[in-house]
Amino acid sequence: MDAPFLLLSRGAFYVVAALTVLGAWWVVTARSVFRAALALGLVLVGTAFVFIYLDADFLALAQLLLYVGAILVLVVFAIMLTARIGDATIPQANEQRWASAAVIGVLWATLASLVTRQTWPAPAQPPAAPTVLELGRALLTTYLLPFEFISVLFVAILVGALAIATPLKPSSK
Amino acid sequence: MIPTSHVLFLSSTLLALGLYGVLTRRNAIAIFLAIELILNAANINLVAFGRQLDPTTGQVTAIFVIALAAAEAVVGLAIVLALFRHSRTVFTDQMNLLKG
Repeated sequence: MDAPFLLLSRGAFYVVAALTVLGAWWVVTARSVFRAALALGLVLVGTAFVFIYLDADFLALAQLLLYVGAILVLVVFAIMLTARIGDATIPQANEQRWASAAVIGVLWATLASLVTRQTWPAPAQPPAAPTVLELGRALLTTYLLPFEFISVLFVAILVGALAIATPLKPSSK
Repeated sequence: MIPTSHVLFLSSTLLALGLYGVLTRRNAIAIFLAIELILNAANINLVAFGRQLDPTTGQVTAIFVIALAAAEAVVGLAIVLALFRHSRTVFTDQMNLLKG
């Protein structure tokens, strides 16, 4: 048994992968943006399960907490603040639809045939069951500079988002 | 253990769908959702390749990608809100004025 949970058999991975791709298809084709956001939730949860299959348990939880818990809620707020009545009946795709479908079909066929024809070496030994210890050590030693840089970036992001989203005062117009 | 090629097939499919969404969607928020698909495909790739070579490096990089995606979400949605307040639309083909 290589997956951390007994329920997660190997066959279930393909079910999760199929659901993830189906959700991604809904994200790009759904007429209502709100439904596209809900489909994105399906994709994000599916990705978290894929992370569990790849022996990345901490990353799976971080994905659930940050993506599903924070980013998705933010997106739903933005959709509700900007939605207008009748938006669901407006065409959601532009006139490049067929050209981009053709180009991306070629790209996808190339990528898919490349990755499936290549013989990948056997994976290294999986890390010790909870990866938190290794990740925490790496973040505070090898990757300390980017880690601290991210926290500085978050401060800049907070100030910047407030500055952008604050309504202009009537006097300044 | 899941073969790496199957995981990479999944991530390339997600990448293709995300690119299609970025190219064809008119709604700025829907384009943002498609960008999240691409970032997810990149994360799956990072973890899958990390499993081949060095699991910790791949997963730490994926954590940084998630953090940057959160930052991008905050600023991107703030810009969409400001644009909507200004021109009452979220459709990118109706945002055609640099000044006005």
